[in-house]
Amino acid sequence: MFYTVTLSHLLVLTSLLLVVGLVGIVLNRRNIIAILMCVEIMLLATTLNLVGISHFRGDVLGQVFSFFILTVAAAELAIGLAIVTLFFRNRGTVAIDAADMMKG
Amino acid sequence: MLADILFVLFAAGILAGAGLVIAARNPMVSVLGMMLTFVNAAGLFILLQAEFLGLLLIMVYVGAIAVMFLFVLMTIDIDFDTLKEGFAPYLPFGLVAAGGLLALLVMAGLSGGMPSPATNPDAPDNIIALGRVLFTDYALPFQLAGLVLLTAMVGAIVLTHRGGGRSVRRQDIGAQIMREKADAVTITKPKIGAGVTPEHWSPKPVEKTTKSRG
Repeated sequence: MFYTVTLSHLLVLTSLLLVVGLVGIVLNRRNIIAILMCVEIMLLATTLNLVGISHFRGDVLGQVFSFFILTVAAAELAIGLAIVTLFFRNRGTVAIDAADMMKG
Repeated sequence: MLADILFVLFAAGILAGAGLVIAARNPMVSVLGMMLTFVNAAGLFILLQAEFLGLLLIMVYVGAIAVMFLFVLMTIDIDFDTLKEGFAPYLPFGLVAAGGLLALLVMAGLSGGMPSPATNPDAPDNIIALGRVLFTDYALPFQLAGLVLLTAMVGAIVLTHRGGGRSVRRQDIGAQIMREKADAVTITKPKIGAGVTPEHWSPKPVEKTTKSRG
């Protein structure tokens, strides 16, 4: 099939992963936790992209940026899950449709 | 050759995990699929000679983030069935949009590829190379990343900490100083052999000199 893995294979993989995460958000529109997980998958896709390109360029800058993406993803997820906990405490469900207090 | 086989295996694992995340009915299975994705992605990182980042992925993502997901899932009570409804009207549009995006990205990815990496035999270890760059050129973003994590930690605690409802007693020094003799001491004259009976004396409540912190 192929004899060596080039950058194109990696880019196809990461774009597929990004789109799978996007479709996951569309499919799980009501479940906050599944949406958070799909956002994490999309962040992983971009991280994989950066690291792959840094490998094929020979330098380490992509990995440095991925380091910061990891940090920010962890921080965002901590706050996001705290918000989900509060949401569940106040509403009793994790369906986003329950957040309709400002609905006209 | 081995690298190719490993790449295909890791890629299959990543996509299988992602498929589990989006398609599983039980959120626990979704989190396990996410763990599978991240472990295979860590393997792919190690294959791309980013060993530090690969192990960091396992420690941070699988070890902390997925476990955090599991904790939240364990503490909240999710009704599985109602959460999967309601996607049918949006599914065709979503699939078309996602397919278009995938086509664009794949076209961009397949065109003008870079050559295979030239393996540099005297290149420093990955972690040494990262350290050389991270602590010199990117020292300020490194510290700011620490600040971001601090903010996230404080924010999560502030958001979810339930302070009220438990009374934690602590001393109220002002009330203790202003305590009068009448609050503290009662002179009784018990009969000999009778002892101190409730009509003469009862213990003073301590609420006057402590306050409960809400």
